Amino acid sequence: MSSQIIPPTLTARRAFLKSAGAAGVAALTIGFDLSSTLAQASAAAPAAAAPFAPNAFVRIGADESVTIVAKHLEMGQGTYTGLATILADELDADWTRVRVESAPADVKLYANLLFGMQGTGGSSGIANSWPQLRDAGAKARAMLVTAAANQWHAPVAEVTVEKGIVYHRPSNRLASFGSLVKSASALPVPASVQLKDPKDFTLIGAKPARVDIPAKCDGTALFTLDVEMPGMLVALLQRPPLFGATVRSFDGAPALAVPGVVKVVQVPGGVAVVAKGFWAAKQGRDALKVEWDDSKAEKRSSSTLMDEYRKLADQPAQSVRNHGDATQALKGAAHVVAASFEFPYLAHAPMEPCDAVVKLDATRCEIWYGAQFQTVDQANAARAAGLDPQQVSINTLYAGGSFGRRANFYSDYVVEAVSIAKAYGADGTPIKLQWTREDDIHGGLYRPMYFHKMEAALSADKKLIGWRHVIVGQSIMAGTPLGPPGKPDPTSVEGAATIAYSIPNISVDLATTKNGIPVLWWRVVGSSHTTFAVEAFIDEVAHEAGVDPFTFRRQLLENSPRLKGVLELAADKAGWSAEPLPKGRGRGIAVAEAFNTFVAQVAEVTVDEKGGVKVDRVVCAVDCGIAVNPDIITAQMEGGIGFGLSAALYGAITLKDGRVEQSNFNNYRVLRMSEMPKVEVHIMPSSEKPTGVGEPGVAPVGPAVANAIFAATGKRVHAFPFNQGDAAVGS
Amino acid sequence: MATTFQLNGKSTTLDADPSMPLLWAIRETAGLHGTKFGCGMALCGACTVHLDGQAVRSCVTPLASVANRKVTTIEGLQSKQAKAVQAAWVLLQVPQCGYCQSGQIMSATALLEKNPAPTDADIDGAMSGNICRCATYARIRAAIHAAADSAKA
Repeated sequence: MSSQIIPPTLTARRAFLKSAGAAGVAALTIGFDLSSTLAQASAAAPAAAAPFAPNAFVRIGADESVTIVAKHLEMGQGTYTGLATILADELDADWTRVRVESAPADVKLYANLLFGMQGTGGSSGIANSWPQLRDAGAKARAMLVTAAANQWHAPVAEVTVEKGIVYHRPSNRLASFGSLVKSASALPVPASVQLKDPKDFTLIGAKPARVDIPAKCDGTALFTLDVEMPGMLVALLQRPPLFGATVRSFDGAPALAVPGVVKVVQVPGGVAVVAKGFWAAKQGRDALKVEWDDSKAEKRSSSTLMDEYRKLADQPAQSVRNHGDATQALKGAAHVVAASFEFPYLAHAPMEPCDAVVKLDATRCEIWYGAQFQTVDQANAARAAGLDPQQVSINTLYAGGSFGRRANFYSDYVVEAVSIAKAYGADGTPIKLQWTREDDIHGGLYRPMYFHKMEAALSADKKLIGWRHVIVGQSIMAGTPLGPPGKPDPTSVEGAATIAYSIPNISVDLATTKNGIPVLWWRVVGSSHTTFAVEAFIDEVAHEAGVDPFTFRRQLLENSPRLKGVLELAADKAGWSAEPLPKGRGRGIAVAEAFNTFVAQVAEVTVDEKGGVKVDRVVCAVDCGIAVNPDIITAQMEGGIGFGLSAALYGAITLKDGRVEQSNFNNYRVLRMSEMPKVEVHIMPSSEKPTGVGEPGVAPVGPAVANAIFAATGKRVHAFPFNQGDAAVGS
Repeated sequence: MATTFQLNGKSTTLDADPSMPLLWAIRETAGLHGTKFGCGMALCGACTVHLDGQAVRSCVTPLASVANRKVTTIEGLQSKQAKAVQAAWVLLQVPQCGYCQSGQIMSATALLEKNPAPTDADIDGAMSGNICRCATYARIRAAIHAAADSAKA
């Protein structure tokens, strides 16, 4: 093996980049197109030798390719790039050679170390992978270094690595990773290795380009919608119009009369029309006649439920935080501030409606989709198929958004797809279950509706001495493996029970309600409503105390230096202390800690004569520890702000006699181009371990806007969303 | 029943239900998967294609209505403006989940082909029919301005 190699030229790199892009797509399709993919691969690389694969996260090929295996779902948050950056930095890989493929479902190798199962969520991808992928990259590097040192009879300490090339400077020798694949593979994996000093990071903190972006700009990125296989059929499922209703009877004949419809099958979730394509399946479903049994269905309206929640807030509830004596503090207070806040159900509405492709036979079930909870889905799919989990394989594809929707303990649409394949005959016919937008908006698993009742006690000198907070709403975790009966659901109260402000007397109580509407976490989970209530209310308290809302918060955050840090940074960059905005405009501020990431935002709004709210500018400061990729952090703050604004301005799922009143983007409105504010993101320098950024940016924007509306109009908002007829501004 | 039209510069005959939306004809009959399904009601723009140079929502465009007309999808983009848009999208790292981005790029390209120097208001007008749930809007706006500058140069 030659020790003198010429580093690849720029042209070669460009050519490689092109083929790496194609290979990235091929890697994702490998599950169902193995033979042709392998044929292409071997034609392209006739001398392909076994890659160097020292662990489950990286493979280095003789062709210099560095393949990093991502255990987390890429749903837009940039995790493929973030995960690859961590490993590639310790490996000292050449970023232009790095490609990423998704891990198979394998809990032993690919568990989320914070969950104990394979899954993506809770903004935990980078946080849980940080030590794991640094170790994986450093060990691979150490073996390549040892292989080169052995070959050169040089001391390991004199060998260095830069961009995929191993050097021995004293003897002026070098070897590429690819040339060392065989010799490194023969070495034992070291038990432990020295990780880099952070000052030596080359990719972490830089802004390597996202690995998934080129394919997302030319239409070649592969989503579940795009999966095609010979003989594949498309299924649409008619679900009950009320949650909890079941099929009483159905007439499939009108559906079967539609050209292209192949079969109509009943499954536990409804009646499925299986056809040769989407359009035939859609027409078939439209023609289907189903009688529903709604004797056990939820038939109440969301307004009726909210009336009950209001009453429950005055009843004794479960204590989730009790410090000092809030009741006594309120009794003896010189001033009491009180308010209540109402939050509606919210749908996630990812751009790609739920979909999954299933190929099922008597012994095997293979699924292609944007899998977010692989371990749970594998078990649920196995149960639906009548197989063992080991007989279920999952190919995780790009997801067209999720915001929590695809991570659920019921594996709802996956189980539907498997049930349809089983009812169809389990004969190995690939079947794609496709949801429409209406299926998505009606599909349940909403962010729960909540009622918050809040009281604050101020002393005669206007100090905040007491805080009582009661939260009423459904539990997300109840009935799941993570929700033990009787215990308060932490996702109902996070951000409220964990309030960071120093207040001598605090009580936070939870009244958990039950009804037939399926609920789930939604981007930033509990903080999507708790931060809203806490940060809107603390603003009211500051006003009552006669203190500027920034200063009031700052004084109460002496024990939370990182939260105080982002508060000060955001206020400074936003010009908080500058001249007040002109009439009809206002500035508001809010802070949040979510998943150990700290965010502060200042919103500037304009409110028109009719109470319509336009958000003009949001300044955001974020402390997420070491910034693995500052551009992706910025993008997630921008996106989180836009997502939070959709909900604050427009988002509401309402039910009338059990029926969901919204159906598509005309009546479940989301933010559009003309409504996106200018966003400025500032990242706090930090040497703390990195934490997640996919969700925390969502939390402060709603209350920051609510507080800005008050600054603009003198009116407080207590029911959401803001832009909803008369409920807009003013209470 | 067959419908003949120009698809990405090639005369194409698709044997499909003439009332089928163009979206599904492109995807399932012609096998071009870059154009996405988001709402089925022309509310989100994920299915945007060019029909005789105009941005249209293919999810509500019957196949029969494009007979003898020119349809361009993300796979067939060729113009200077289109290439500038795609390059700006990569340069400014616009996409997140990416699902809506074919539609965004088709709308942005149609805008620039008619208006080489769009204002923010022009961008709002041309792009507000394209929803992005990841809210990449600020980067889309910046990328359209960048593409306009580079296409002019």
